Amino acid sequence: MSEDLNNNKTIQAQSSETLTGGGAGAAPDVDYVRPAEVQDQDLYHGHSFITKWIFCQDAKVIGVQYFLLATFTGIIGLILSWLMRLQLGFPGAAGFMTAEHYYQFVTMHGMIMVVYFLTALFLGGFGNYLIPLMVGARDMVFPYLNMVSFWSFFVAVAVLMASFFVPGGPTGAGWTLYPPQTILEGTPGSGAGILLMCLSLILFVAGFTMGGLNYLITVLQARTRGMTLMRMPLTVWGIFTATVLAMLAFPALLVGALMMSLDKILGTSFFMPTILKAGEVLEYGGGSPILFQHLFWFFGHPEVYIVALPAFGIISDLISVHARKNIFGYRMMVWAIVGIGALSFFVWAHHMYVSGMNPWFGFFFATTTLIIAVPTAMKVYNWILTLWKGNIRMNVVMLWCLGFIVTFVNGGITGIFLGNVSVDVPLSDTYFVVAHFHMVMGIAPLMVIMGAIYHWFPLVAGRFLDEKLGKWHFWATFLGAYSIYFPMHYLGFIGVPRRYFEMYDSPYMTSAVGMNEFISLAAFLVGAAQFILIFNIIKTLKTGKPAGKNPWKANSLEWLTPTVPPEHGNWGDRLPVVHRWPYDFSVPGAKEDYITQTTPPSEVLNTGVEKT
Amino acid sequence: MSDPKIEGLELKPGFKGMAQDTSSDQTMFKGVHWGKAMMWIFLLSDTFIFSCFLISYMKGRGSTPVEWPNPSEVFALDAFGVPVPLLLIAIMTFVLITSSGTMALAVKYGYEKNRKMCGWLVLATALGGLTFVGMQAFEWSKLIHEGVRPWENPFGAPQFGSFFFMITGFHGTHVSIGVIFLFIYAYKVFAGHYDEQKRGWFTSMKGDYVEIEILGLYWHFVDLVWVFIFAFFYLW
Repeated sequence: MSEDLNNNKTIQAQSSETLTGGGAGAAPDVDYVRPAEVQDQDLYHGHSFITKWIFCQDAKVIGVQYFLLATFTGIIGLILSWLMRLQLGFPGAAGFMTAEHYYQFVTMHGMIMVVYFLTALFLGGFGNYLIPLMVGARDMVFPYLNMVSFWSFFVAVAVLMASFFVPGGPTGAGWTLYPPQTILEGTPGSGAGILLMCLSLILFVAGFTMGGLNYLITVLQARTRGMTLMRMPLTVWGIFTATVLAMLAFPALLVGALMMSLDKILGTSFFMPTILKAGEVLEYGGGSPILFQHLFWFFGHPEVYIVALPAFGIISDLISVHARKNIFGYRMMVWAIVGIGALSFFVWAHHMYVSGMNPWFGFFFATTTLIIAVPTAMKVYNWILTLWKGNIRMNVVMLWCLGFIVTFVNGGITGIFLGNVSVDVPLSDTYFVVAHFHMVMGIAPLMVIMGAIYHWFPLVAGRFLDEKLGKWHFWATFLGAYSIYFPMHYLGFIGVPRRYFEMYDSPYMTSAVGMNEFISLAAFLVGAAQFILIFNIIKTLKTGKPAGKNPWKANSLEWLTPTVPPEHGNWGDRLPVVHRWPYDFSVPGAKEDYITQTTPPSEVLNTGVEKT
Repeated sequence: MSDPKIEGLELKPGFKGMAQDTSSDQTMFKGVHWGKAMMWIFLLSDTFIFSCFLISYMKGRGSTPVEWPNPSEVFALDAFGVPVPLLLIAIMTFVLITSSGTMALAVKYGYEKNRKMCGWLVLATALGGLTFVGMQAFEWSKLIHEGVRPWENPFGAPQFGSFFFMITGFHGTHVSIGVIFLFIYAYKVFAGHYDEQKRGWFTSMKGDYVEIEILGLYWHFVDLVWVFIFAFFYLW
């Protein structure tokens, strides 16, 4: 150690010399970038229809596959939410809807939307498509593993959907699957339903691990020349950090699902205490239900950020491009993403305030929870400061970005209410909680997904989505979503409990029956509005306006491929060489209002941003 | 494989070097094969899985109201009419740790392109792993004969059986997967796939002796996990 300290000066002197790249005595060339460290990637090119489009090893095709399958499960989740709102707003209107069905729909809606829709869409969909393009790689580093990852996800979805058709139907224990009631008779789907759910989750985790290793190693070890970590677009930072979280959080879910299956199949009592049922003692005994809650939420809370961090990253890039301004505080944004990710492992028990815990524990988790608000608020300020005095293009993408900021702030502020133990206790298990998490991790990430679709569709398909339809889609979704969730906060304040099949004539509801019906109507509208997007995509694929190269005048590498849409291998003969970060917009003195990442310093000598 | 040469960048030891690698372009871990980096990160994730299992075990053992059985009685084995505590486990552990040694030697000979020695050592590792799994099967059947089941246990808390079978079973699955791969790799070494850079059966990527090291990482990890399981189940 002491030797190290003594050598400090020489090390610094050497490193500044090697990093600027000058040889011995030669004047450093401004455009110098170190030569490639690793050989060009060896790729398997598919030749048949099956190897090109089905069992495909191209990350872009895998990304689209993930996107389509996740969207399909998302539509199932949407239909389930319609059925739930139909029952809640107009009890008995759907004749087949029993209490059992209602609970099954609640459970499946939650699990589908969180895991199989949002996680798969952000990491599997956007991650696969964008990471190799944005860091300048030819493909993911393990293309075969990547292909297996998608097909594991496919099997996981198939198993999940199969649970609708088994005797007893899917599990109805709520998406948190709390034991003991999850596997006890009387809970809908306590037989085959819960087993298929656990199996599906295990398959999902296995598949995700294969994909996640790809995302991490591609970012760490396969960047192109000149692409340092601090020159990566924030999208990549968000997806990368979320993947790290997933690799460390999913193990807890895997273990919980495995132990629950054993409790069900073999009659072990990991999570099952001694239970008296109708005067009889069941065979279970001696286990700890709280243990499952800890395992579940050790996964469950990072899961929130697995969804949110990619959304943060993507929105930063969209705002920067469409406000024609560099992202405010890039390094702060990166460290905020990393900090939020790290903190998210220390807050899980705030989901368990009412499970019973030592007050000091509650105090600890309330404190860590509120600390997370600091980096999150920094990000919100930075988005707003990026917009400040920007040259804003008021297009559909920007509308989604603004919608995201508003809904995210709204959901974040209610999170501060719920993070405090004493405020949480009266509010827990009311509609306030439902409104909070739908706002912050339902609607806000959805706004980002929509913005990202409108932004990157010209890259994937080579055509612009229709702006007019896009505006209808946005306003219906944005106003509709607010109409759903804003009144829900009020329902929570007057004490309406969540997860109730029907309120009957309870005193909670009498003053708000009209509001409850209004929420349901808004939910039908918002769901229907999503089909505008599907129509728009189909229409655009046939008759949309061709986009050409780099239609948004963006800087990041994915727009700079030799062909649009990019081909397998992405870059043709030569990999791009990166000289700067992707946010050089509206630079004074530059010819155009954007300087792409591949523009060498010698072409922009008079601008003061030769190297960024 | 320990000293990569990177053109245009001097590699430095210590934190300075780490900071420099992190802030440089292209790669974070200089000269590290993609597959090797992947295995390290996978093992980090797997560590979390085993940690969850062991922490659940501690919690389960702490919260069950029935007394926990005494491990030195439950795991004792009769040798020449005298019950010797932990006899089988001591042998199992010895075999597994030894197989880690042969694995490390296999990696060394692999990088020296000594095909025969490498192949024999990988095979020896595989046989060590197989012996371990066999002895584990013996131990399981002994306990099952004595009436221990995942859901019940004549010696005390039923959770003992549950956690024991689940965690040693999960670890045994890891060992078995490792053994299968060791046999495959032994074949590939003997057949010269790594010398000729023959393409893989599924991935169609070029073979290289670094794959032996990657499998070695996994194998050492499985051994290390066993040490923890050993400490938590047999010595506590």
